[in-house]
Amino acid sequence: MSTPSVTTPSRWRALTHHHLFWPVAVLVFLLLVNVPFTPDFFSVKMTGGHLYGSLVSIVLFGSPLILVAVGMTVVIATGGIDLSVGAVVAITGALACSYISHQADQNALGGVLLAMGLGLLAGVACGLWNGFLVARMGIQPIIATLIIMVAGRGVAQLITDGQIITIDSDPYKLIGGGYWLTLPFSIFVVAAVVAVTVVLTRRTALGLLIESVGGNAEASRLVGIRSRRIKIMVYVFCALCAAIAGLMISSNTSAADGNNAGLWIELDAILAVVIGGTSLLGGRFSIGGTVVGALVIQTLTTTIYTIGVPTQTNLVFKAAVVIVVCLLQSPKFRAKVFGARFGGRFGGRSGAKGGAKPAATGADAAASTDTAAKMEVS
Amino acid sequence: MAEPRPVLEMTGIVKEFPGVRALSDVDFRLFPGEIHALMGENGAGKSTLIKVLTGVYSLDEGTITLDGGSVRFGSPLQAQQAGISTVYQEVNLCPNLSVAENIFIGREPTRMGRIQWKRMRKEAAELVDRLGLDIDVTAPLSSYPLAVQQLVAIVRSVGTGDSDGQGSGTKVLVLDEPTSSLDRDEVQELFRLMRRLKDEGVAILFVSHFLDQIYQICDRMTVLRNGTLVGEHMVADLDQVGLIQLMIGKALDQLEELHDHERRSDVGETLLKAEGLGRTGGIAPFDLEIKKGEVLGLAGLLGSGRTELARLLFGADQPDSGKVTIDGKHVSMSAPNAAIGAGVAFCSENRKTEGLVPDLTVRENIILALQASRGWTRPIPVAQRDELVAKYIKALDIRPANPEARVGRLSGGNQQKVLLARWLITQPKLLILDEPTRGIDVGAKAEIQKLVVSLSEEGMSVLYIAAELEEVLRLSHTIGVLRDRRLVAQLANGPEITSSRIMETIASGEHQ
Amino acid sequence: MSATTQSPTAVDSRTPSKAQRLLGDRRLPVAVTALLFLVMYAGGLARYQYYGFAEPQVFLNLFIDNSYLLVAAVGVTFVILSGGIDLSVGSVIGFTTMLTAWLVERVGLPLLVVIPIALAVGAFGGFLMGYVIHNFEIQPFIVTLAGLFLFRGLCLVISKESISISDPGVSDMAQAQVSLGMGFLSIGAVVSLVVLAVAFYVLHYTRFGRRVYAIGGNEQSALLMGLPQGGTKIAVYTVSGFCSALAGLLFTLYIQSGDPLHATGMELDAIAAVVIGGTLLTGGSGYVLGTLFGVLVLGLIKSLIQFEGTLSSWWTKIATGVLLCAFILIQRLMTTRKKA
Repeated sequence: MSTPSVTTPSRWRALTHHHLFWPVAVLVFLLLVNVPFTPDFFSVKMTGGHLYGSLVSIVLFGSPLILVAVGMTVVIATGGIDLSVGAVVAITGALACSYISHQADQNALGGVLLAMGLGLLAGVACGLWNGFLVARMGIQPIIATLIIMVAGRGVAQLITDGQIITIDSDPYKLIGGGYWLTLPFSIFVVAAVVAVTVVLTRRTALGLLIESVGGNAEASRLVGIRSRRIKIMVYVFCALCAAIAGLMISSNTSAADGNNAGLWIELDAILAVVIGGTSLLGGRFSIGGTVVGALVIQTLTTTIYTIGVPTQTNLVFKAAVVIVVCLLQSPKFRAKVFGARFGGRFGGRSGAKGGAKPAATGADAAASTDTAAKMEVS
Repeated sequence: MAEPRPVLEMTGIVKEFPGVRALSDVDFRLFPGEIHALMGENGAGKSTLIKVLTGVYSLDEGTITLDGGSVRFGSPLQAQQAGISTVYQEVNLCPNLSVAENIFIGREPTRMGRIQWKRMRKEAAELVDRLGLDIDVTAPLSSYPLAVQQLVAIVRSVGTGDSDGQGSGTKVLVLDEPTSSLDRDEVQELFRLMRRLKDEGVAILFVSHFLDQIYQICDRMTVLRNGTLVGEHMVADLDQVGLIQLMIGKALDQLEELHDHERRSDVGETLLKAEGLGRTGGIAPFDLEIKKGEVLGLAGLLGSGRTELARLLFGADQPDSGKVTIDGKHVSMSAPNAAIGAGVAFCSENRKTEGLVPDLTVRENIILALQASRGWTRPIPVAQRDELVAKYIKALDIRPANPEARVGRLSGGNQQKVLLARWLITQPKLLILDEPTRGIDVGAKAEIQKLVVSLSEEGMSVLYIAAELEEVLRLSHTIGVLRDRRLVAQLANGPEITSSRIMETIASGEHQ
Repeated sequence: MSATTQSPTAVDSRTPSKAQRLLGDRRLPVAVTALLFLVMYAGGLARYQYYGFAEPQVFLNLFIDNSYLLVAAVGVTFVILSGGIDLSVGSVIGFTTMLTAWLVERVGLPLLVVIPIALAVGAFGGFLMGYVIHNFEIQPFIVTLAGLFLFRGLCLVISKESISISDPGVSDMAQAQVSLGMGFLSIGAVVSLVVLAVAFYVLHYTRFGRRVYAIGGNEQSALLMGLPQGGTKIAVYTVSGFCSALAGLLFTLYIQSGDPLHATGMELDAIAAVVIGGTLLTGGSGYVLGTLFGVLVLGLIKSLIQFEGTLSSWWTKIATGVLLCAFILIQRLMTTRKKA
């Protein structure tokens, strides 16, 4: 056993270098900020058979975002992005509610399950479409998913005929608004999805292959990885997560709003992924990081409300967080502010990647190495 | 007649990177109106010398004088303004703009801020005409083949009449591998332009590995090897064999001594057969047979097509003609998957871009190929995986011996070993190694070569590409000789096959 | 490395054939969009001629109703031509409407003072984003996303509710008509056409404009050719911010209020207009004239749907999405053919 004086600094370093350290630290900080304003912030009470409390609320309201963000994580890990998730949320809710509203008995379990199935199927279809465009047609993910982002809400409104459909179905209410074992049901849904994702990516080789595809597409091809298949799978998975979130959201309000359901959730989801430490350029991803990132965003909203800052500043704060996180992840920024020594140390991974910017080709200035690598003389 | 003064003189250039001395006390000089070849194999220091000259790298020691005045460039732009222009292999122009625009962009003729298109087109046409080219300057650059784009790049570099008055005329033109993608006629076109420029007094630095071309167009040559200057000669004074010797060989008498053949194992039946396999722009159609347990070494200069041949056998590139059979069964070479399934493994020479996934750990990189072949649904059991990884880390002496280390942080040699381990784990029937010992320390080199021998003794076939002829000679049962993208000879290794014999074969381009 | 596997191409045809030139002509996509517009318009004429579609004013209304979108799309064209993207457009427009409404109604500043302030704020916002994108090498997507949040947030900070403008100066300007003989244009439409003309001049007759194309074509090359690529990049985002602010002013004129929800998602319409107008999202290729037709096509869809009467407004979104998809696939096929 090493002496304490050696263990402490190395343990500390191991801790701070863990990829979840900074996201969790930010989360804890935000939670603590609430305490002076709401002394009982961390308390959880049992009322009427249900658990209540700020912490419970955060997870409850943040559930749809966690779902969407988890799906978004694997897409980003392959080096892509999915802007259509908000539209998928709207479409799913619209389909499910529309179907239920046409049922004679809105409480019939069979009808509800069928409605949910329809919604999920629509999500899968959207995912297949996105995957086809990106993997088969080779279209840039931003552009490919833009199509459903633009047209999707139109489709959702088409389904709802421009109205906000309200339904009154107890089974359906359970998903987003109901309780089970004293906790909000949505928490179980989220936990299940996160668990499935973790098992799928880490218990099988899927996670490794995804990270490889995102980390070095050409090397992955030469190793025999079927990148096309993997890319289609991740887009389908992402859309499926968005579909579940869509069911959750419409269930919570027992209504489907084609216009506003899931509005801007794709941006929040991308933000959550970035805060959680996964790089937008692809490669290593962390589901846990994303979950923490989504919680950070939700906590931010709550904190702003609690400390009495007008809620309209929510967006400004979000902007600030995006900027700060991205700046910290940018090696150029770190080099300028903290000096070149710290270039590789802090938080997230380096944003620079691939052949363009090898980190250590000598003592020359960054500008030279940029142009140097590109001008390889054989 | 007194010797003319050189327009460019580099003396005592030293350039070091962490762990390697890229240039060691190199001298170089260039006279106006001459075409000067810079030669050397991979890692010889050619590219580093040019980057030092053009301001991409800063030099550690030494001086550069241009037209008698001492200079030190901090950026390519400064070098350009001082009169040193470079045209790279990738033709750094904007394909979406027209030819005239590419020539003039950044200094388009303007009147009160407004670009004068007519004048620009006229001047561009005149420039192009003056240099003897027949190009429509209004057409977008992308509508022309690469050969023409290169010519345009040269026109831009030497184009005078800078309306801003910035910078001086071009004194030195550096052409980096300009003929790699050109066919015969296009090469002649380029040479015509080069001679025109030469007549105008421009000094041209011509980097190429095509020996014929060097002998056709160049006046003088400088040969680098392992970062040092091995000779500066007038082209007329040194024949091809002598040149090849300078670049990759040792003096003749030393060669006979070094001739140490290991006892080679017996080979079995045919494992792989390639018939008429070829790819336009890569390698001319060839026939090849590799037997079980055989080590087939490929010898040839840089750019002769060795890598292209290897990639075709793996399916990394799609062939335009021919077919491949492995163990008697036809294998479609449209993607690596089929080849991997048939037992072929490929260790690319570009570790960083085609080999490793830098952010993944050593462990993950090692099991990647094996895992990919099993598909995502069947992960390798953890215990078995760790055991395998540990075994190969030990066998290949990968340092640090930490499976969780990020592979991007390892040294070049250890990265190469990780790559090797990755493919060895799949227990291939044919292992293709492309420059496995490049950029590796001597000890690791010897280990890898020993490994190749033991693998072949166990029945694995190996296709081995290396820059050093001695390596190839030492290890191979058969040696394939390539030149200018053609497989020109296949020699069974034996006492009569020496380095000089190989070099003569390369030089003549024929089997002797 | 990669160059060694390139195919040496034949040099017998020095100048590309007529057919090749036609297919490779970068103006072809613009022609396609223009043709689409004409076809749609003809269809409208055929179907709705008895409902007043044949009136010349219907055509001019396209310019009046979409003037703000045209200005915004022109700004976005600059950004996309340089190889970037700007997601903050809608938020800047919304923010400008709110800022203008607030300054005019609540603070009481005269319009003549408010206009330059709004433009300056928009331009400055664009400058900041461009600066961060270039100097810290962060992807434009994320930086302009932050911009989107920021401006929408600032909009909300000014006021959570709508502020309607009752200033007579504004409503006068909004109702002013520029007579053209057979019809009239609004001031907004005239401004948008002026912006279009200026943009055309800048992109085709100034060095700055050509640099924008160069960077979009190959940024690495532009750098090696000695072009001030950084300054150009920052300028491009500044232009976009300025155009978004100007579009915001035009929108304010159109809708005469400031509202936190104004122009939500309008960046998508702008981007769609640019893509449909034939500009490649990868950069380096495209024309502002194409953007004009893109805006006209989108405007025409709205107009046709209005005339149809029975179709609901969300068909606009679907139609836009379908068109966007079609043009993206066409772009993709064209670029793959070029590579082969």
